Amino acid sequence: MSNIPSDLKYVASHEWLRLSADGVVTVGITHHAQELLGDIVFVELPQTGAALAAEDQAGVVESVKAASDVYSPIAGEVVEVNATLEAEPQLANTDPYGQGWFFKIRPSNPADYDALMDAAAYAAEIGA
Amino acid sequence: MTAPKRTPLFEEHLAAHGKMVDFAGWEMPIHYGSQLKEHELVRADAGMFDVSHMTVVDITGADAKTWLQKLIANDVAKLGFEGKALYSGMLNAQGGVVDDLIVYLTSYGYRMVINAGTTEKDLAWMENQRAGFDVTLKVRRDLAMLAVQGPNALAKFCDVKPEAAEIVKSLKIFQGAFCGEWFIARTGYTGEDGLELMLPAGEIAALFRALIAGGVAPCGLGARDTLRLEAGMNLYGHDMDETVLPLEAGMGWTIAWEPETRDFNGRKALEAAKASGLKMKQVGLVLEGRGVLRDGLRVVVPGVGEGVITSGSFSPTLKHSVAIARVPVGTAATAEVDLRGTLTPVRVVKMPFVRNGKKVFE
Repeated sequence: MSNIPSDLKYVASHEWLRLSADGVVTVGITHHAQELLGDIVFVELPQTGAALAAEDQAGVVESVKAASDVYSPIAGEVVEVNATLEAEPQLANTDPYGQGWFFKIRPSNPADYDALMDAAAYAAEIGA
Repeated sequence: MTAPKRTPLFEEHLAAHGKMVDFAGWEMPIHYGSQLKEHELVRADAGMFDVSHMTVVDITGADAKTWLQKLIANDVAKLGFEGKALYSGMLNAQGGVVDDLIVYLTSYGYRMVINAGTTEKDLAWMENQRAGFDVTLKVRRDLAMLAVQGPNALAKFCDVKPEAAEIVKSLKIFQGAFCGEWFIARTGYTGEDGLELMLPAGEIAALFRALIAGGVAPCGLGARDTLRLEAGMNLYGHDMDETVLPLEAGMGWTIAWEPETRDFNGRKALEAAKASGLKMKQVGLVLEGRGVLRDGLRVVVPGVGEGVITSGSFSPTLKHSVAIARVPVGTAATAEVDLRGTLTPVRVVKMPFVRNGKKVFE
């Protein structure tokens, strides 16, 4: 379970979410996702200010092996994107839950967060 | 489903934390942690690849030479001394590529190395082509094969196997020699200097461990693919197959047209195709911006026609994407690639992209 932090929420498309005290949610891709992708070489992030519905495409992550869409795990407005990740995409491999975050979103409906999978449910989802 | 095949290094791959995947029915390491790091090690230092899934065939018999002169498009008559290597396509009657291979001249005849994924059909094809020739084929399943590649590959190998040092020093590029039961060839599939070693299967695990101790990193098929792509080298089944003429796959240089009397398989079809005008050619594509060119993507050449990417990836050396593509012969300096629905401009260049660690295209 060490690669699925217990304080985060998850969705089946392999994004994680971290709720801050100010109500903003940070989003990234899971350790499992980066392992499936292999070495990540480009990321494309959403526009700050973009209004996204849950499961909307929010970006693209390209590894040596494959291109994969990144989805918004929750409805809301994008308030910040990780410019460092655009310059150093391998951070999504080396530190997926830390410096490798993708974007921050202010949920339209804070209760949506509580309804998402917890670590145990995500672990079951990926058969970990 | 048949069980995946394993090379004599399978346990060593696991011990080195290789991530194992299916490759042409073989359970092989795709990487040992990071494909990018492995790629960079081969460009800057030395890495090694288990290529024991490839097949070594020894060819003997009074007609071995004349048979090979019919079987493959390049001419083994060019092999002037023992150990010299030749790269060639093996063609069908339509001129399509059955496989690409390396053949070495040896004291007993010839040694050929063919691809893993094509081994069964190649052997059936060669058996079929053998009628009327005094030729014996011996498939050397008793051998394993290791490629040690990179600017420091020869020196690091010689440190580990000092008794082979004199032989290694004597080898020029594209030459091999026996060292006891081992066959040591200065060949490879990375665009770097290096060796390909064929040795008794029972001895390869010890060599692998000794090379790790000697500072040669194990590298997976992932790095092997990006290295060969940067080097502009074809991958069978991607850049060419039985439906593609070698002339349309950048393999024109491997066809020995002289002497005109040598009637190799596919010659008539290739001559007819040349006479009526080739429709496609192989080029390199370069995308300097964001995004990755991938196998199978559509190439659009405005006013000329369409082609296809046959191998594409991110280039770890250049830090942007490159690809091998088959495009209409009229393609000039630019083209567009359908990148996830967006026609994205790319440059058309002459390959290779990288040789001996350096960018080489304009």
